[in-house]
Amino acid sequence: MGYIKINQDKVNKEVAEQLKKLCPFNAFEYEDAYLSINAACKLCKMCVKKGPLGVCEFVETRKKTIERTDYQGITVYIQQKHNKAHPVSWELVGKALELAKKTNEEVFAIVIGDDVTKIAEEALEYGVNKVFVYQDKAFGEFNTELYANVIERFYEEYQVNVILFGGTAEGRSFAPKVAARLRTGLTADCTVLDIKENGDLIQIRPAFGVNIMAKIITPKYRPQMATIRYKMFDAPKKIAPIGKIINKEIKNISLETKIKIINEKRFQEAKDISDAEVIIACGRGFKKEKDLELIEPLVNRLNAEIACTRPLIEKGWFDAKKQIGLSGRTVKPKIIINLGISGSVQYIEGMKDSELIISINKDLNNKLFDISHYAIQADIYEIIPRINQVLENI
Amino acid sequence: MNIITCIKQVPASSNVEVDPITGVLIRDGSNVKMNPFDLYALEFAFRIKELSDNSLISTITMGPPQAKKALLEALHMGADNAYLLSDRSFAGADCLATSYALSQMVRRIGKFDLIICGKQTTDGDTAQVGPEIAEFLKIPHVSYASHITKMTDKSITVICHYDEYDEEIELDFPALITVDKADFAPRLPSFKRKKQFSDYQIKTFTLNDMEDKEKNNYGLNGSPTQVEEIFPPNKKKDSKLIKGDFKDLAEEFVEILTKNKFI
Repeated sequence: MGYIKINQDKVNKEVAEQLKKLCPFNAFEYEDAYLSINAACKLCKMCVKKGPLGVCEFVETRKKTIERTDYQGITVYIQQKHNKAHPVSWELVGKALELAKKTNEEVFAIVIGDDVTKIAEEALEYGVNKVFVYQDKAFGEFNTELYANVIERFYEEYQVNVILFGGTAEGRSFAPKVAARLRTGLTADCTVLDIKENGDLIQIRPAFGVNIMAKIITPKYRPQMATIRYKMFDAPKKIAPIGKIINKEIKNISLETKIKIINEKRFQEAKDISDAEVIIACGRGFKKEKDLELIEPLVNRLNAEIACTRPLIEKGWFDAKKQIGLSGRTVKPKIIINLGISGSVQYIEGMKDSELIISINKDLNNKLFDISHYAIQADIYEIIPRINQVLENI
Repeated sequence: MNIITCIKQVPASSNVEVDPITGVLIRDGSNVKMNPFDLYALEFAFRIKELSDNSLISTITMGPPQAKKALLEALHMGADNAYLLSDRSFAGADCLATSYALSQMVRRIGKFDLIICGKQTTDGDTAQVGPEIAEFLKIPHVSYASHITKMTDKSITVICHYDEYDEEIELDFPALITVDKADFAPRLPSFKRKKQFSDYQIKTFTLNDMEDKEKNNYGLNGSPTQVEEIFPPNKKKDSKLIKGDFKDLAEEFVEILTKNKFI
């Protein structure tokens, strides 16, 4: 809450140039001896911390505060389809249990659907304290409008501290609708979640589309909301249930909708890379689409799934479902072989938990090498044909 | 039919690092481009226009004055109007504050049937702004639309990619869709249109033009989320670098695979 004040009496051409250079977002403009900040500013405060002393100053304005203790409970929205829970939901329950221990809160689950008692029972087995069930024929199919009405009603009744959503396509469409409805913050695709003693959720994710991580908090708003990709966390072990199921009335929830699901079709296609055990991933090191044929012998030998980075999707070489990274899939295979990939932070976050990481790149200066078990400095156009030869002989 | 497309200018390169000692961001160049997914949103709009007569496509963006370049590109591709939303008060906006400002902007432009956004931007990667705009305008939305299967004057039916399913969903107008990469390629800006729009003045709106002029609802003040800290990603400690002749390296690579029982 605030803005960056520029003390114009300390500004001269040199200072302006210095700040222009320093600002990562090109937000400074210097005209007619007047230095101003435009809308590109992201309030990263780099100019305040690292700029010439006393020129830029962060002025804190309106201080809204909340009574943190009024908001209790780490809540997980259980995503389900055809009365089967998506496994990401249980991974989130595992994380919720961890967080709740630190702040001595309870873990809640919200289940919405038309026949979801089994899912509610399953939630108890995963250690949830209270499962809130909203059951009705109208909820048989996922509908952002109806489901958002349910969460709104839930939050009216229970002022929970945190609500977590799976970062699936469905979750990423639904969670922002809920966040805007409740006028609160939502952090997408968190790779790390933690909680402060006072109940503030620490959300870590890659930021600004660059190779840096940001620690994000929502200190003055509740509920604190985040989406987390599938396979980021582990599901907890099942236990003898200690919690209870609370069936909620749906009477006063509006069932009016302008959305109609006409049809649905399961994809008829190759295995999803999220579940692959052996992955060979290709990056921009490949100059032409045809060059991908080079890896075929290795792919066949290892029975691997082929995956790729975002630039190759943008070139149209692969189906979007083959993309590893935060805007694609998160993978945790037994082995991943990265070929000609420089490794953006988004890519790395999508595969860093793989059991064995081998990366081949001719350029030493690449981020992926830092997190690889084996970093092999070689030109893929030289080494791959050679590998194919070696493989032929064993 | 009135269509509004929301676009954003994003950094052309993601190659920015944090200096581990000073904590300063080191960027390479300040190149910008239109968010690639927005090109598909625009193409989606152009295709709808080709299906129905009398359609009008407006393009909006929020950003610094330089963002006009992205709007011009949209005009040269096929948009009819372009508006820039730019004000100091919008600085530091997170998804919620950005969506709120854009929803106010949409209200300012007036009547519309359909809003089309790219599924996400390549700098934020959140995919949240589209759905949040829809909620602020109290209209239905779907994310990840890839095809139109039916259009009437009351509704649009699209195919969406939701996890393992393709869903066909009908939305009553006014509505918002976010567009995934479809089978079609976005068209290129045309030289003819470039000439046609050479005198076009992009209208800029500021906070004062909005219905809600309360500064605290925009920018950093209107943003629930705050960046507390930025830092470089972790390195793995047991990384082993192998260099040498590629023939030896190929042998060593196969050895690693054999040792770990993948061959």
